[in-house]
Amino acid sequence: MDDGLLALPDPNATQPAAQQHLLKLSLVCFVLSEYNEVWRDSRGQSPSPPRFLDQSSGCVCVSAAGDLEEVLESAERHEEEERGKEKGQERRRDKKRKRKPQRTTSQPGEATSEETAESEARRGRRKRGREGGGRGREGERQEDEEEQGQRGKGAKNKKNFNNERRRKRAQGEQEGGGDAPRRQTHGRGQSDERKEETKRGGVKRPTGPAEKKKRKKEVENSSQQESSEEEEEEEGGEEEVKPETLSPEELEKLKEAVDDRKKLIHTLRGKPWSMKKKLTSLGESQKFVEKFEGALGKGKGRKLYAYKVLMNKKWMKFRRDFENFKTACIPWEMKIKEIESHFGSSVASYFIFLRWMYGINLILFGLTFGLVMVPEALMGRPYGSMPRKTVPRSEEASAMDFAILWDFGGYAQYSVLFYGFYNSQRTIGWLKFRMPLSYFLVGVGTVAYSYMVVIRTMARNANEEGGGDDNNFNFSWKVFTSWDYLIGNTETADNKFASITTSFKEAILEEQESRKDDNIHLTRFLRVLANFLVLCCLAGSGYLIYYVVRRSQKFALDGLESHSWWERNEVNMVMSLLGMFCPMLFDVISALENYHPRIALQWQLGRIFALFLGNLYTFIIALMDEINLKREEEEVVKQNMTLWEAGLLNESRPENSTAPPFSVHPADTPRGPCWETMVGQEFVRLIISDTMTTYITLLIGDFLRAVLVRFLNHCWCWDLEAGFPSYSEFDVSGNVLGLIFNQGMIWMGAFYAPCLPALNVMRLHVSMYLQCWAVMCCNAPQERVFKASRSNNFYMAMLLVILFLSTLPAIYTVVSIPPSFDCGPFSGKNRMYDVIQETLDSDFPPWFSKGFSYVSNPGLVLPFILLMVLAIYYLQSTSKTYKQANLELKKKLQTQNEENKKKNKKAALKAAMELEEARKGPRHTSRTSPPRSIHAGVGTPEHPGGLGGTWGTLKTSSKGRDKGEDHGRGQRANQGKGGQQAPSLRDSGGRVPGISPPAPRSHTHQTPGHMPGNPRQPAPRLHRVSSSQGHRE
Amino acid sequence: MGTTASQLRKDVLSEYQELTFLTKQEILLAHKRFGELLLKEERNHSNSRVPMDKILTLPELKSNPFRKRICQVFSTSDVKDGSLTFEDFLDLLSAFSDSATLEIKSHYAFRIFDFDDDGTLDGGDLEKLVNCLTGETDDTRLTPEEMRQLINNILEESDIDKDGTVNLSEFQHVISRSPDFVSSFKIVL
Repeated sequence: MDDGLLALPDPNATQPAAQQHLLKLSLVCFVLSEYNEVWRDSRGQSPSPPRFLDQSSGCVCVSAAGDLEEVLESAERHEEEERGKEKGQERRRDKKRKRKPQRTTSQPGEATSEETAESEARRGRRKRGREGGGRGREGERQEDEEEQGQRGKGAKNKKNFNNERRRKRAQGEQEGGGDAPRRQTHGRGQSDERKEETKRGGVKRPTGPAEKKKRKKEVENSSQQESSEEEEEEEGGEEEVKPETLSPEELEKLKEAVDDRKKLIHTLRGKPWSMKKKLTSLGESQKFVEKFEGALGKGKGRKLYAYKVLMNKKWMKFRRDFENFKTACIPWEMKIKEIESHFGSSVASYFIFLRWMYGINLILFGLTFGLVMVPEALMGRPYGSMPRKTVPRSEEASAMDFAILWDFGGYAQYSVLFYGFYNSQRTIGWLKFRMPLSYFLVGVGTVAYSYMVVIRTMARNANEEGGGDDNNFNFSWKVFTSWDYLIGNTETADNKFASITTSFKEAILEEQESRKDDNIHLTRFLRVLANFLVLCCLAGSGYLIYYVVRRSQKFALDGLESHSWWERNEVNMVMSLLGMFCPMLFDVISALENYHPRIALQWQLGRIFALFLGNLYTFIIALMDEINLKREEEEVVKQNMTLWEAGLLNESRPENSTAPPFSVHPADTPRGPCWETMVGQEFVRLIISDTMTTYITLLIGDFLRAVLVRFLNHCWCWDLEAGFPSYSEFDVSGNVLGLIFNQGMIWMGAFYAPCLPALNVMRLHVSMYLQCWAVMCCNAPQERVFKASRSNNFYMAMLLVILFLSTLPAIYTVVSIPPSFDCGPFSGKNRMYDVIQETLDSDFPPWFSKGFSYVSNPGLVLPFILLMVLAIYYLQSTSKTYKQANLELKKKLQTQNEENKKKNKKAALKAAMELEEARKGPRHTSRTSPPRSIHAGVGTPEHPGGLGGTWGTLKTSSKGRDKGEDHGRGQRANQGKGGQQAPSLRDSGGRVPGISPPAPRSHTHQTPGHMPGNPRQPAPRLHRVSSSQGHRE
Repeated sequence: MGTTASQLRKDVLSEYQELTFLTKQEILLAHKRFGELLLKEERNHSNSRVPMDKILTLPELKSNPFRKRICQVFSTSDVKDGSLTFEDFLDLLSAFSDSATLEIKSHYAFRIFDFDDDGTLDGGDLEKLVNCLTGETDDTRLTPEEMRQLINNILEESDIDKDGTVNLSEFQHVISRSPDFVSSFKIVL
């Protein structure tokens, strides 16, 4: 009322303010309505709140007759305090709750003679603000009402009240520190009072912070549950609970409550509260759970339940420890975090990728090492026992030379590291290990595993990215999310400031330009030109490699010894040089295109990718040529072999015809060239040279440069650090590409050189340390700091492409080229995959192989493939439809939002106008329509009071922070509990003169929902709607 | 640290684990780092406060343009001086940790950006925010014209109910669609 009177002298309050207040009013109304509902649900009987309400409004009228001056003064004070009231409603409610019990028990006469000192003070203040005139009567009346209400409710209720009171009192004392917001009560005005009374009309609210929180958490839960909670509370109030005395329903409810608490415990960490609050609520919930968990279940069941609970606890603890252990086990976590905090997330993303790669390679290594290399080394025939396992006589002299070993010749070539060493015996050792089969399956498994992992990661990334496709929030994202909080380095931060500023400026320019867009033709032309140039580069490099490879083949035919070092290593060198200089060229060219940095980066990556791929494939084609050469050679050797054997036989027979015909040392036997080992060797050499190039460029390009810049700086004529050479940046994209290609070569070569995964693991391990060190000690933070999250799947996609492209040649060689006749696990077979058929024939029962042959019949395979294609098509089309449906829904939502906006604006405007009207002539209208107010005897001053109440609530809550709580409440309000539309609202708005006759009580239940067809809109709008509707009603 | 009295008790530790997104190691590390900020005699008190200036010397926060706001938001101090207790500090780290949910991150981001603590991001807040992001030096500052346009654009995009300010739900709506936010709203000790 105070505020109502305040509002009266100043009817020219601005409209927005009115809107805001209305908005808050609806919120208050909602709170009230909910209390009512809760009460009704829990009691299962017709509520009396409306009666209280009416009563209270009557009191309002009475008290409105109070001293105007005093009221005005307090209103002013109230204005001052408004700022302090922002704490939101939650606290207020809490407070009210605390105040409730003392009222319920106090006798009419002794309004302030009770309870704690703190409550006395509060009440005193309130009294001062209101001026006693109406107070006495009001109080009396309320108490009377209450007495009646309680009597009606019966003994149990009373007991509960007492319980609650006891608890609340304890709590009040505990929190007695007299926090500031308590002062709010004073001067908040009549509406608050009324609210209180409404609530007091029988609604029992659970107390304590835990309940409060629970309430918040379950904003959208049905009131059913709330009521059950209260039931629990009552029981909680009685010191001991005897589970035997509980009825099944009560037990059920108890269980529910316990489950709720448990849920709360689990979700507590996701709440934006201070730790203290969390701690107390955790403690309370835990206590509650502990106390009542035992009460659940009976007899044996109870024991079982307790046991289950115990185990659950243990399990939780174990899981948490396990989580801790897991994070402790992640390798290099601290290193990466350190880099992350210095250089931002993009550089760190490279290292995370590297670690991921390392993990995959570790598994590949485990497969090949455990299932191929170790069995062969342990159980296979030893070195020197057969020609394929022996260094030939001609090479024996140099087989231990480091240069030869470095090239993986000599002893290295005739070892488990390469394909040629393996024997074609079907089983080896006492374990009867099926070596050839294992070799084949490991090869297949390596590829299959890689596919699986890459695709799974891609899918997960895609999931995480989710609906990041709409670019409606370009500017907002730039402002809200562009800072990388991980940056802990001043220099990086400066760079980041600069880059953010540029991005702002660019975005603004872009926005302006997109409105103009005249230069489009020039940019288009430039882009076409740039792409043309890049294509020229690619074609040129492809031709260069092809030319070099052909030349080297010529050299190889001539014999390597007659050529210089350069001529022998031409291919590798040319490839490395191209890999170094072409990207720079591309970088220069891409300046022409004028793309956004992120897009430019992707183009750049794509081009380098194409270059590498071209190089790799030229290399493979050259290898194929070489394979064909070797196979021709093999044919010749094969024929010579038979001749040689025949010769040997002829030689030996005359001398000794009985003994084992000949015993030639395996080193002396002629042998085929074994193209598989050659391929493996090539790949290993490539990997080694690639690794070396990477390390050396790292050392020279980064370390040496940094050292020079650092130490020559003070004796140089210009500033080296800021000027030309400066420190190098960490090139994320280049490094990632290098890693991807390296992996591609591993996949390609692993079948012919089982040592490749092991080598790669070593390489990655060293890289990790070397690069971490290099980044931390000699790289400057990037100037163009961009975030990596978007690029992740781009990298993954490239990895997938590489995987596919690298398995192609490997599969081709396995399927279409017959293996060498005298080396490797598949020697003597027509094709490598024959090993499967062989196993089927000899190791499985005949019916199985028969079945298999039926299944692998083209007549079955083809339809199956067809089916799969159809399934893929179907899935794709459904996903397309879903996408479309999504889009349409989005559109619908948008249009609906806009419509709502319009509606809301209109409604708010209308409501504001009505308010204005009401303010202009409250006395006049109320005089003209006295009989309209149902509450006889409380006529005239009602309106000021009513309105004042509205304003009071509005004001106090208008500043309520729109934090989680308020938001949640808004949603609750949204739930179509419109039926309980705020009695106080009707008191204020509903009785706006000449709008409607006071509705019967039941009318409240029919109040239409807030927004037909749009039950879930953001909170703010909703407040406005509901309040305006209330006013229109 | 070192003294046994300043060690975290086991039950407290497990409670902290329950209530934050941090792992045991992270909490212990946080405790250690926090202990280093405290004076010797304060270490044995469980809830002694570290003034904001000292918190800001942490390298993780040193170059963050929002460092003061972060302290103020997470501080439970009555006098609003941005000083942190250990529990506040844990809250901070939890909100900025890897595994914190988008919801809680966006909630705190909103409060950090809400410079005047009035529950909405209005033009003034946005201007301060942009100024924070562009750094202190004059050459990186935006001109008033650019600033005006930028803020207009932001409000046009994010202010769904067109009341001239961005409130929490609007903010979360925008943030939840951003691909970068969760990965960059992190502070790691």
